[in-house]
Amino acid sequence: MTMTARPARAVESRPRHRSRAALATGFVLLAGVLAVVCFFSITMGARGVGLSTIWKAFTDYEPSNAAETVIRELRVPRTLIGIFAGAALGLSGAILQGVTRNPLADPGIMGINSGAATAIVFGIMVIGAQSIGTYVWFAFAGAGLATVAVYALASFGREGATPVKLALAGAAVTAILTSITNAIVMTNVAALNELRFWQVGSLAGRYFPVFWQTLPFLVIGIVLALGTGRALNGLALGQDLALALGQRVKLTRVVMFVTVAILCGAATAACGPIVFVGLVVPHLARMICGPDYRWILSYSLLLTPIVLLTADIIGRVVISPGELQVGVVLGVIGAPFFILLVRYRNLAEL
Amino acid sequence: MATTLNIPLVRSGRQHRRRRAAAVTAALAVVALCLVVVTMMVGSYYVSPVDVISSVLGIGSDPTNDFIVRDLRLPTASAGLGVGIALGMSGFVFQKLLGNPLASPDFVGVSSGASLFAVTSIVILDASSTRISGSALIGAVLTSFLIYLLAWRGGISGYRFVLIGIAVSQFMVSIIGYIVSRAQIYEAREAMAWLVGTVGQAGAGELRTLLVALLVLVPLALALERPLRTLELGDDTARALGSRVEASRLALLAVSIVLVGLSVAVAGPIMFVALIAGPIAQRLAGSAGGVLAAGLVGAIIVLGADLVAQQVLPTSLPTGVVTGIIGAPYLLWLLATVNREGRGG
Repeated sequence: MTMTARPARAVESRPRHRSRAALATGFVLLAGVLAVVCFFSITMGARGVGLSTIWKAFTDYEPSNAAETVIRELRVPRTLIGIFAGAALGLSGAILQGVTRNPLADPGIMGINSGAATAIVFGIMVIGAQSIGTYVWFAFAGAGLATVAVYALASFGREGATPVKLALAGAAVTAILTSITNAIVMTNVAALNELRFWQVGSLAGRYFPVFWQTLPFLVIGIVLALGTGRALNGLALGQDLALALGQRVKLTRVVMFVTVAILCGAATAACGPIVFVGLVVPHLARMICGPDYRWILSYSLLLTPIVLLTADIIGRVVISPGELQVGVVLGVIGAPFFILLVRYRNLAEL
Repeated sequence: MATTLNIPLVRSGRQHRRRRAAAVTAALAVVALCLVVVTMMVGSYYVSPVDVISSVLGIGSDPTNDFIVRDLRLPTASAGLGVGIALGMSGFVFQKLLGNPLASPDFVGVSSGASLFAVTSIVILDASSTRISGSALIGAVLTSFLIYLLAWRGGISGYRFVLIGIAVSQFMVSIIGYIVSRAQIYEAREAMAWLVGTVGQAGAGELRTLLVALLVLVPLALALERPLRTLELGDDTARALGSRVEASRLALLAVSIVLVGLSVAVAGPIMFVALIAGPIAQRLAGSAGGVLAAGLVGAIIVLGADLVAQQVLPTSLPTGVVTGIIGAPYLLWLLATVNREGRGG
C-alpha cells in the first residue's frame, strides 16, 4: 500500500512532532484569536459602532437606540452563527477526509449543497416555504440524502471510495440535482427568486430564530464529532489494522457519516452553501499539529470559525457599504488552494 | 507470433467491425436528418414533410410554408443539429483523451467559464445576444487555457486535469451565484434560462459561425481520430509508436474546446449531451465507432430533447432541462458500472 511510502514524506515535510504542551498552548492562542475576530465581527460593518455603545448594548440595552439594536439583533446572531456553522463545516470536513481517507472530501464537492438546494426548491414549490426557518428542515433532508447517494455511488467496486471517484460522484450527483433544480426554477419564478439569494452562502440576514433552530443540531453534531478523534486515528491506519485493533469499523463509519450529515445539513441550512472552508481548514490544522485526529479536530473547531468570520468581515469591508457574501469570498480564495493541493500533494490516500 | 495468430481471421474480424461501424453511422445520420425534418414539420402549424424539403431546397411554391420553414423553424433545427454534433464530438474526444468516461467538457469547467462570461454580459453589461454569444466563446477558450496551464506539470495527466477542472468550475459557479443574486429578477431569469441552455435562442450570426466552423472542424476531428486512438494506449506506448504525444493532445483539446465554445455560444451550456453521446455511440457502433458516430448521437439527443421540450411537455421548457432529465439515470448507471469495473479512477 501507499501507506509505507507516506511516513518518509511526512517526516520530510514535518521535521518533528510537536509536544502536547506546545499544541495546548497553540489551542489557547487560537481561542484568543477567535475572541479577537468575534470582536471585529461585532464592531466592523457599514455602520461603525463605538466601544461604549457595544458595552451599553449588553449592559443597559435601549431598544430605541438604532446602533444598539444593530449590535444585538444583527451582528451578535450573525457572529454566533458564524462561530457554530464554521465549527460544524470544519469538523465535518476533517471527519469526511479522515473516514474516506480522501484529502479532497468536502461538503461542497460531495454534492451536499446541491442536495440541500434541490430540497429547498421543492419546499418552496410544494408547500410554499418562504423563510429561512422553514428551509432548515428541507435543507437537512436534502443534505442527508445527497451524502448517502454520493458515498454509495463512489464506494462501488473494489477499491472503495478513491479521491477521483468521490469527486466525480459528487460532480455527477450535483449535475443531476442541478438539472432538477433548474427545471423547477424555470417554471416557478418565486422559487428562483428565493433560490438565487440562498445559493450564495452568507451570514447576512440571519437572525436569532435561525440560530436557535439550528443550534441543537449544531451542538449535537459538534459533540459527536469531537468524540470521533480516536476512531479516526484507527481508520487512518487502514481498515484491516483498525479491525485488528478491535474497532467496529462499519459502525464507526455509519456514526461518522450521520455526524457529517447533521453538521453539514445544519450549517448549510443556516448559511446556505459554503464551499471550500471545510476542505481547506482541516489541511491547515494537519499542517500545524501533525496526523493525530484528536488535535486536528480540536484545531479545526477553532480555526474554521476564524477563517469564516474573517472572510465575512473581508466581504463587509471590500465593497462597503454593500457587502460580498462570505460564500463568494471563500469560493474565490478557496479554489486556488484546492488547485495547489491537487498539484503539489500526493493525493493517493490520507 | 505469426504461427499463433490467424491473420485472415483477425483481418476479417476487423473488416466486420468497420463495416458495422459504417452501417450504424449511416443509420444515425439518417435518423438525425429525419429529426431535423420533423422539427421543421411540427408546431402550431403543421407542414408536410414534402413541403418542408422543397422549401428548404428553395423549390417550394407556397410562400407561407416557405416563411414558416425557412425563417422560423430552420434556424432551430439547424442549431439543434450543429450544437448536437459539436457537443457529441467534443465530449467523445475529451473522454478518450482524459481516459475517463466521466470527463466531459461540462464537468471539467469549460462550460462554467463560458457561463460566467455570458452571465456577466447579460446582467452587468446588458449585452445583445451576439455579444453574449461572443463572450461565452471567449470564456470557454480562456477557461480551458487556464485549466490546461494549471494542470500542466511536465505534461498533462488526465486525472489532474479533471480535478483542477472541477475546482475551476466551483470557482466560476460561486461568482455566477453572486452575479445572479445581485441582478434584477427579470435579468436573473434571463441568465437562468441561458444557463440551462436551449437551441431555440440561436441568433443568425452565431449560428452561421457554428455551421461554417463545423465544416472545417469536423474533417479536422476525423483526421485527428487516428492520433486519438494511439493516445488511448497510454502516453508511453503512444510515444514508442512514434506519436508526438503532447502536440496531438493539444490539437485534439483545441478542436474540442472550440467546438464546445461555439455550441455554448449558440445554445448555452446544454447539460449531459457531451457526456452521454460518446458512450451511446460506442455501444451502438462497437469499438470502431468514433467521433462521427458520437457527433450524430449528440445531434439526435439534442433534436429529440428539443422536440420533447417544445411539443410534448405542457409548458415549453429549455432544451437543457430535458437533456438533464434524460441524462440523469444514464449517468448514475454509468457511474455505478464504471466503478464496478474499477475504471473510474
